[in-house]
Amino acid sequence: MRLNKEVFAIALSIMILSGCSSTDEKDSGLLDDVSAVDNEKDTSTSGYSDGSLLSGEEFGSNVTIDARGLGPEFSDPTNPLSKGVIYFMYDSSQVRQDFIPVIAAHSKYLQSHPSQHIILEGHADERGSREYNIALGEQRAKSIFRMMKMQGVNSNQLEIVSYGEEKPEAEGMDEASWQQNRRVEVDYQGR
Amino acid sequence: MSAFLRKILLISLVGCYVPASQAELTLEITKGIESAIPIAVVPFGWTGSKDRAPEDLAPIIQADLSRSGLLKTLPVGEMLTMPSKANHVRFRNWQALGQEYLVIGEISEVVDKQYQVQFQLFNVYRGEQFLGYRLTVSEKELRRTAHHISDLIYEKLTNKKGVFGTRLAYITTTSKANKKLYKLIIADADGFEPRVIASSLEPIMSPTWSPDGKQIAYVSFENKRSAIFVQTLANGKRERVASYKGINGAPSFSPDGTRLALTLSKDGSTDIYILNLNNRSLTKITKSYGIDTEPSWSPDGKTIVYTSDRGGKPQLYTVPSNGGKAKRLTFEGDYNARGQFSLDGKNIAMVHANRGDYRIAVMDMATRTVNVLTAGRYDEAPSFSPNGEMVLYASRKGNKNVLSAVSIDGRMQQNLSFDNGDVREPAWSP
Repeated sequence: MRLNKEVFAIALSIMILSGCSSTDEKDSGLLDDVSAVDNEKDTSTSGYSDGSLLSGEEFGSNVTIDARGLGPEFSDPTNPLSKGVIYFMYDSSQVRQDFIPVIAAHSKYLQSHPSQHIILEGHADERGSREYNIALGEQRAKSIFRMMKMQGVNSNQLEIVSYGEEKPEAEGMDEASWQQNRRVEVDYQGR
Repeated sequence: MSAFLRKILLISLVGCYVPASQAELTLEITKGIESAIPIAVVPFGWTGSKDRAPEDLAPIIQADLSRSGLLKTLPVGEMLTMPSKANHVRFRNWQALGQEYLVIGEISEVVDKQYQVQFQLFNVYRGEQFLGYRLTVSEKELRRTAHHISDLIYEKLTNKKGVFGTRLAYITTTSKANKKLYKLIIADADGFEPRVIASSLEPIMSPTWSPDGKQIAYVSFENKRSAIFVQTLANGKRERVASYKGINGAPSFSPDGTRLALTLSKDGSTDIYILNLNNRSLTKITKSYGIDTEPSWSPDGKTIVYTSDRGGKPQLYTVPSNGGKAKRLTFEGDYNARGQFSLDGKNIAMVHANRGDYRIAVMDMATRTVNVLTAGRYDEAPSFSPNGEMVLYASRKGNKNVLSAVSIDGRMQQNLSFDNGDVREPAWSP
């Protein structure tokens, strides 16, 4: 697994390199020091590589699902577990009624799979200030967090990350797109 | 992971380098001033081994001066003569063309890749020299020299500090094969010489300059969680200064550069903290159940302005930087956020919204009056120019995110668009 990550990292880095118009020797030395990033004590991942690259879509979705240890119920469209995105009411952190069963299904799954761990990714629409939207996204993720906890999920299985408006699902500047962007994504991390 | 692998990764993540003298941002003046001062900048003369100078400084100076809005440059095609020496200047010609000022200059090769640049600024009506300088520079420094000359001319004619030699930091996103690539870029104030200083497949946001212009702090999600980094521009080294559980956001350097105000949610609620960069001690300075974020320091370092929704909707508040009682600052409009002090402390720029239109406004701190400067619907991220004359901000043009600048009296406006994708979160260097 360790080795695979590294191979993937190299492949990806070559991909990124080829996307540049040109490279410059002097400039490549700019960020030579990753060790400064590594020796912080409060995260286990080191530097640029591991975390962000593991989610790469290049491996195809099947591989990703396998890696997260999820069963076939997650790809069955009639099962609420297949819904990994929760939407909200207009301009609020109140969950849309039709997503209550989805949250309940994920809560139930997490209770019966105590080794599973999820990240609740909070998102906001593009209007207004970016850092304020980070906080709004976190509030949405927190409201799902509280609901799942109330439904009996161990809070050790839940983590919150807010991306604010940085990762919109719809790019349009209209209410329909904004509503799609005010969401929480349930991201299974594996056992 | 081996050091070798790390190095490869790092090169790939940071190594995109756009060749010199290439603009990534296209500048367009959308609103100018009628009473701009007419000035002619004649193409510079050249003596050297090659056919022409490696860089003609006159077009750069012309572009700088007209971008200021306060000066209006004469198109080269309308010039009757193109003198590069003072004794060839016939002031009457320039008077006939309605010019008040004239700039001439020469570039000469001293040795290989070393040049002497000289320029003179004349008052056309009095027929006398206002300024004259001679500088020796390397080929790489030619553009910077042109900006420096623009600053000297601008300062002499307007009595205002020139900002042509300053830089901008901004974030771009480009899409390729369904992947977004986020880049933190630093370019000259005219959009030329862009350099990627960080790049990632996960969001990068909130770049901010240290007061000495040598470091940039920013937020990166490269580990799938937010963290704040402080990066030194000269050597590219960076340090992760905050990676707590929850939000790590909105960094802002204190005016003395020793502390960083930032937003954390590690204790549950989203609050403003002050991080001492020397001993890494952390002090919480706001305590509300709502959202407190987007801190910005007053120039004397005593006050922090920030966004809080403790009253329901986001509004600007101030709090002493060593903690204390928060005071509400804005009362007009149903949304005021991301306040930023001008370097002289006289004004605060902010995002100001009424009925869903997000615009840039400036509050005069003496009178507390709020002036709305822009007419967009999605204007955000205001950043003062170091001389306090202009506010740079992010806006929407068609279906693209672009940068715009407006003078604080609202009379001048310009757009900076990025050809290859979206550009946002501009931060003007000190």
